[in-house]
Amino acid sequence: MDKQIFEGVKVADFTWVGVGPITTKNLADHGATVVRIESHTHLDTLRVAPPFKDGVPGVDRSAFVADYNSSKYGVSLDLNKPKGIEIARRFVLWADVVAESFSPKAMVKWGLDYESARKIKPDIIYFSASQQGHGGPHGGFIGFGMMMASLAGFGHLTGWPDRLPAIPYGAYTDFISPFYGSIALVAALDHRRKTGLGQHLDLSQLECGIQFLAPVQLDYAVNGREWCRVGNRDPSAAPHNAYPCKGNDAWCAIAVFTDEEWAAFCRVLGGPEWTREERFSTLRNRRRSEEEMDRLIGQWTLDYTPREVMEMMQGAGVASGVVQSAQDQFDDPQVRHRDFFQYLDHPVIGRHAYDGFSFELSKTPGKLRSAGPCLGQHNELVYKEILGMTDDEIGDLMAEGVITTEE
Amino acid sequence: MSLMGPHRVLDLTLEDGFLCGKILADMGCDVIKVEPPGGDPGRGRGPFYHDLPDPEMSLYWWAFNTNKRSITLGLETSDGREILRKLVSSADFIIESFAPGYLEGLGLGYQALSALNPRLIMTCITPFGQTGPYAGYKATDLTGMAMGGIMYASGDEDRPPVRISYPQAWSHAALQACVGTMNAHYHRESTGEGQQVDASMQLAVMWTQMNITVTWDMNRVNTKRGGAVKTFSMRRDGQAVDIPVRYTWECKDGYVNFVVLGHKTGARVNRALTEWMNGEGIGLELKGFQWEKLGFFPDDPDTNAMIEKPIAEFFRRHTVLELYRGAIERRIWLAPIGTPSATMENEQLKARDFWREVEHPELGENILYPGWPIKQSESPVGPPRRAPRIGEHNEEIYMGELGLNQVELGMLRAAKVI
Repeated sequence: MDKQIFEGVKVADFTWVGVGPITTKNLADHGATVVRIESHTHLDTLRVAPPFKDGVPGVDRSAFVADYNSSKYGVSLDLNKPKGIEIARRFVLWADVVAESFSPKAMVKWGLDYESARKIKPDIIYFSASQQGHGGPHGGFIGFGMMMASLAGFGHLTGWPDRLPAIPYGAYTDFISPFYGSIALVAALDHRRKTGLGQHLDLSQLECGIQFLAPVQLDYAVNGREWCRVGNRDPSAAPHNAYPCKGNDAWCAIAVFTDEEWAAFCRVLGGPEWTREERFSTLRNRRRSEEEMDRLIGQWTLDYTPREVMEMMQGAGVASGVVQSAQDQFDDPQVRHRDFFQYLDHPVIGRHAYDGFSFELSKTPGKLRSAGPCLGQHNELVYKEILGMTDDEIGDLMAEGVITTEE
Repeated sequence: MSLMGPHRVLDLTLEDGFLCGKILADMGCDVIKVEPPGGDPGRGRGPFYHDLPDPEMSLYWWAFNTNKRSITLGLETSDGREILRKLVSSADFIIESFAPGYLEGLGLGYQALSALNPRLIMTCITPFGQTGPYAGYKATDLTGMAMGGIMYASGDEDRPPVRISYPQAWSHAALQACVGTMNAHYHRESTGEGQQVDASMQLAVMWTQMNITVTWDMNRVNTKRGGAVKTFSMRRDGQAVDIPVRYTWECKDGYVNFVVLGHKTGARVNRALTEWMNGEGIGLELKGFQWEKLGFFPDDPDTNAMIEKPIAEFFRRHTVLELYRGAIERRIWLAPIGTPSATMENEQLKARDFWREVEHPELGENILYPGWPIKQSESPVGPPRRAPRIGEHNEEIYMGELGLNQVELGMLRAAKVI
């Protein structure tokens, strides 16, 4: 295999759950040596979160945790034991990058905070991912992506005006902040290469999320306007909704912005009488009669599958897309063309799918080299080859529970 | 010293790819936004300052073009193309979001430009990527959120699936394209070799789905949508099951997000909440409850109802801020469902100096913008410079850098190249 971009870059990865692991995954999938340092005494939350192989829970059975940790080594280490901290400090000495997502208090207690780490390694790049950033009255807030998605404003802006806020599925801002983290980490690595300087990167998931709502916040700042959720409505488009199609809970999204698109849309429908009515003749009129229009469109779409609707609309130059279920995405010819899902052999789960890259690099493409590690899977390899321990030392540390082997 | 100091970026994106160049600009790159003569179509997108529909007043344009400079340049004229080639020879990056094949048609595709400058990184942001069966398909935010899967799982189950009410899909595409761009940059700085980054909006949106794709792969279960109550779909004892998990809770003056998780994961938080409620005489039935025995997502309907009732009652008695402050004190994972005004007043954001005053000299005003979301000890990012006006830096760049004279500039203006 050709040399990968980050070959030779060493990462001591103390992060867990979503943001930290997805951030370091970018380095790992492009060639860095990333060692995930976990423990059986304080499990990564995603190790106990579904989906599990055969639906049976187990620390090495979750595809959720595996997905975010491809191409990494995994070791187990108890940081609540003095010897565990001593070993963690040896990882810091070895690493170019330390990544962590613990509370600032815990890292200080362990002597693994940035100030301590730079005493061990003056040019260390120290990446902290937290919910709301270090410092400030809420710097110690603990929580998940759904809390930050809510706090940043996405909760309020999803769903229907006459209903409770719907909040996007999952942990929305968990899939914004890691990419900001990756960008800054790579820039900091290059900056260090040129200046010799390491630094602390203190990322706030909340602040990353707000980037995606910047115009909404500006609208408040200059016009005092409070945005609210509006279903699928858009001030510059109609039709603009998901329409029911043939099949079980099957939907197709259609977006018509211009008069030309409206004319093309009407042709696809075969130009029925209602499309020629005054109340649908202009964007403004359609916006005023949107509910009735959506009902009429829904009667037409019901005779076709979502893919048929999409293909007819796209054929006429109207933006349209299947509201894709997970299964639809695995069957999607474009997703397949891009090889988005990558299949890797996991020691316990077997061969299973990983989320791959949304971008392709023409000369040095990334590659998922190995499955997400089982807990402590690479203890022997890492402690021997990276930290230079002997079999006896490793055996003693296991017996003392410093290298953890059970919950 | 800034992270990306002297690097030069040509930003050809129209309307939908602005964020990639903004990030590079915020990190210190010299980003030149290349607008079509007359201005970028993104300037027509609302909302507008004081609701004035003027190309210099678009808040969308302002938000995603801070720290950039602007020139106007018509790529469909041969003079325009020649000028672009000149600019490319000294650029480190070029970012574009035209339909696949458009720039190739003008002789400005990656092959042609990399021949002029082998170090060049060219980032192309499109709905589905440069090739493949859907490469020619049109897309908007709505259809992008649909094809990327997140929409299928969002919204009330008795109504159509919904997108987020402010467009997101292109921001995901541009952000992840920027990751690819930085990876390519690191490689270029090691080897001198540039390359093309081919980014797909659909795939970027697919990344937002959390465990939806792996759940299908593992358990052959499609995650269904939910509103205030989400559905976590999985397989247990061979059966597909949908587990409802309440995300949205009503309180006295708004809503909060909180989730009840079982297992060891949720036990400490649930006990802290129970103790808090018990102090007000609510939820006494939860005292001593064995949370560890519940699944990660508690899945027995009767037990869930028993747990949910007192929590809902307790939350309804309190205001959003009472709950949030109490939760922070007790390390409970509860957060307000924020509105724009609440976000602006957020104490943590103020303490972190997140809002930055941006000078708009033409308006005689300073306006608060979101700042950079990462505090960097050696490369701090300061307040941004406002987005450029149409062609604001034409003279600076065409005359100052490319050495055109006033007469040539006038000619190019007359020919609508600039």
